[in-house]
Amino acid sequence: MNAPDPNPDDAPLLGTHSRRAFLKGFGAITISAAASQTQAVAAELEKLNAEKIVGPGPVPVTLRVNGETLSLSLEPRVTLLDALRNVSTYTGTKEGCDRATCGACTVLLDGAPIYSCQMLAIEAQGHAITTVEGLAQDGKLTPVQKAFAERDATMCGYCTPGFVMAATALLKENPHPTPADVRRACSGNLCRCGTQPRVVEAVLQAAGGAADNGTPGDLHA
Amino acid sequence: MPDPVPAPGALAWPAETRVVGHSTHRIDAEAKVTGRARYASDIQADGWLYGMILRSKWPAARVAAIDLAPALQVPGIVAAVPARDGERTIRFYGEELAAVAGKSKQACLDALRAIRVTATPLPFVVREDDAKADGAAPVWDTAANFIPGTPKEQGSVDAAFGECAAVVEGFYTTPVQIHHPLETHGNTVSWTDDGVTAWASTQGIGSVRDGLAGALQLDQSRVRVVTEYMGGGFGAKFGPGVAGILAAKLSRQAGAPVRLMLTRFDQALAVGNRPSSFQKIRLGALADGTLHAFDFENYGTAGIGAGKASEGGGGGANLPMPYIYKVPNVRTKQAAVAVNAGPASAFRAPANPPASFGMEGAMDDLATKLGVDPVAFRIQNDPNPIRQREYKVGAEKFGWAQKYRRPDPAALALATAGPIRRGVGCAGANWGGGGNKNTGAEVEIHSDGSVEVRLGVQDIGTGTRTVIAVVAAEVFGLAPEQITVRVGDTRFPPGPGSGGSTTCPSVSPAVLDACTNALRQLQTQAGLSDIRDAKGANWAAACRKLGAGTVAARGMWQPGLSSSGAGGVQFAQVAVDTEIGLVTVEKIVAVHDCGRIVNRVTTESQINGGIVMGLGYALYEERVMDPASGVVLNPNFETYKLSGMADVPDIDIVLLDMPERGVIGIGEPATIPTAAAIANAVANALGVRVFSLPITPAKVLAALGKVPSPTPA
Repeated sequence: MNAPDPNPDDAPLLGTHSRRAFLKGFGAITISAAASQTQAVAAELEKLNAEKIVGPGPVPVTLRVNGETLSLSLEPRVTLLDALRNVSTYTGTKEGCDRATCGACTVLLDGAPIYSCQMLAIEAQGHAITTVEGLAQDGKLTPVQKAFAERDATMCGYCTPGFVMAATALLKENPHPTPADVRRACSGNLCRCGTQPRVVEAVLQAAGGAADNGTPGDLHA
Repeated sequence: MPDPVPAPGALAWPAETRVVGHSTHRIDAEAKVTGRARYASDIQADGWLYGMILRSKWPAARVAAIDLAPALQVPGIVAAVPARDGERTIRFYGEELAAVAGKSKQACLDALRAIRVTATPLPFVVREDDAKADGAAPVWDTAANFIPGTPKEQGSVDAAFGECAAVVEGFYTTPVQIHHPLETHGNTVSWTDDGVTAWASTQGIGSVRDGLAGALQLDQSRVRVVTEYMGGGFGAKFGPGVAGILAAKLSRQAGAPVRLMLTRFDQALAVGNRPSSFQKIRLGALADGTLHAFDFENYGTAGIGAGKASEGGGGGANLPMPYIYKVPNVRTKQAAVAVNAGPASAFRAPANPPASFGMEGAMDDLATKLGVDPVAFRIQNDPNPIRQREYKVGAEKFGWAQKYRRPDPAALALATAGPIRRGVGCAGANWGGGGNKNTGAEVEIHSDGSVEVRLGVQDIGTGTRTVIAVVAAEVFGLAPEQITVRVGDTRFPPGPGSGGSTTCPSVSPAVLDACTNALRQLQTQAGLSDIRDAKGANWAAACRKLGAGTVAARGMWQPGLSSSGAGGVQFAQVAVDTEIGLVTVEKIVAVHDCGRIVNRVTTESQINGGIVMGLGYALYEERVMDPASGVVLNPNFETYKLSGMADVPDIDIVLLDMPERGVIGIGEPATIPTAAAIANAVANALGVRVFSLPITPAKVLAALGKVPSPTPA
């Protein structure tokens, strides 16, 4: 369960059934049709029709989460969030809205932040998924996690994993962000307790910038 | 108000503190930033099932029958229960009809669609003014939608207005606000022959235990509630709620634990809100600036929680007026109006933010009319000496004298280059709070020097765990992270609900008492003849002498260590784009007192939180009901707007530490004055007032006469 899955047969579904891929194929057909290449159109349609239909019952789905391989049996309609939180034990990824508005479910897909409630688990195959549990290595917090703890950028903490993932992705892209960069990068994350000012401070601290104001200097621990 | 004076020699806070009053990192921050913290919605009890609730699509209906059999045919579904047995009347869109439990979320979704409900829709009414009108659809059979309140008069109001040098009038309205904690309401419940265990997302584990025991007819001793972590509550998460009781019934039927968390949609419909208010205010002052007369008429809705004469519940629409000001002649008349919408519940500083919005608006308009400075006017009429001091401190920090200009619409229109106008405003807060004397704590000291402190309280996100560690560390001469704090279990000594800014003043004295007892016991139990003071540097050596023994001590809340009555003032600076109506809050200065500060950094975080929530109340948040269909139109975050990252202004916090007053809470006062201060700043910027929250671009443009009023008359 801990080595990356070497079997490519388990991870080819992405691209063969997704709506985007279908539309792309369809676009190619129209262009071809305009060129009166009817034979090519027929061939393309035949190829599309031959695609494997999956579901509605459970199908094998293989996910690579934090470097581990998960072999699951899921209905194709199961989201990545649902697969992580409810079918597996990655409950660090939170569900706040289940409709792409709160960001609590943010994970990294090949290093880029995504709302895991907006991707089907079956689509996430073949990608490297990182959840908040996968950040700290050997119990050592990442600079972002450490800064969130030190700057009190967490209150009830339910939104925190999402913010931590968004901030982690930001610093990878932009190691020296301005406060405005931080706000933009985290604008897809909601917090009801009001940690926003602390989040900005924490991300700037993690980036090695000067911690401006707000938190007194005599913090213990 | 201070608590009863303690007897001489009673427990007291140390004169000099090493940890208390400083800043300690949240001791559970690491658990939260790594995803290790387990919230109620993360619980995966052995064999757990997913639970889900079917809700009414009608705002009012007579339900004749609910057929659950088709749901039980859905593969994966294990249990299905009705919300209530027999025929019943539905009174709001989103009211619970039935619940199912199954092996996956998908199975539950399919099962909800399969349930057949036989119902006859009934007439309904969802807007306050419509519900007050003659012939309105009755929300309750046994009580009128609206019974006008009885006027209460102090002094002689009509005569007093004749003596005033200046009088202002306004009709102030505030919306229904939804709590929307990031973790929705819900529980995992396991009901076996041994009793019930509920892992609850609650701000009151005791209230969940008692509520479940009552509803399920079990002894309270056979119900255990566990809340290790929970994702916010803000007043809405007391008791098991319908969802908790349904989860228990599903668990019983299924023979397995059931996790039933609400959806974000559910959250907006059925589990509480802050009532609306429609405030008619008339305020007058004498020529010397002394407030003299106040006339107030108000109604608001608590949804079906209002007008519920036969089943109790006043509706929570009454506001504490004339709020923090001293006025000799006062007349108030208030009543709640029932509509077909989900019931209100406690919401961070109930009744105070709307009262503050109305009263502070009238104060500013009256100051303008009198030609006096609004800060000086407040200091003159607010009898609270701490708040008077806070206004002075805040004005200085904010640069009020440099920034404040008396609004003059004509001059503003001429003098301002470009569409952006800036303005400033201020407002004050008042909150009682205070400690709960039934709070207990227990402490164990082990021979290896480790310490465990246990309380039946929950950490709602305010940092209660850390407060406990701070107090224990102070007593033992240790660092806070050396203390293992266990909270969120009804098997621990009783703790308060996390509400009303009472938690910190409840737990701090109890922990001080328990730890003081434990330390004393350590001295004797370990026979420390050679160690006179077991604290700090001697700790490890002293504990080693316990050998195979353990110190176990208990303590209770003690008088003299906490008190009630917190104030605070906030100043706001806004920029208003007069072409598109957009308000941007640029700066908030907040000056607050909460007695003895226990942990500075988490106290400041709560003030941040109060301001961010108040910002939403000022500019963005409003539950919108559709009068034609009776449904909530914005039960989600894309249409119900919370303050986002880019909306949050620069915040400057000044905390007045007053150790002599004892520990007082801060959660409520921090959010009370924000919306009023912002609204006053907008009025100051525009020279005209927007009388209605939230201050949307459309309302700003309407106030400027650029578009018709968007508020339905």
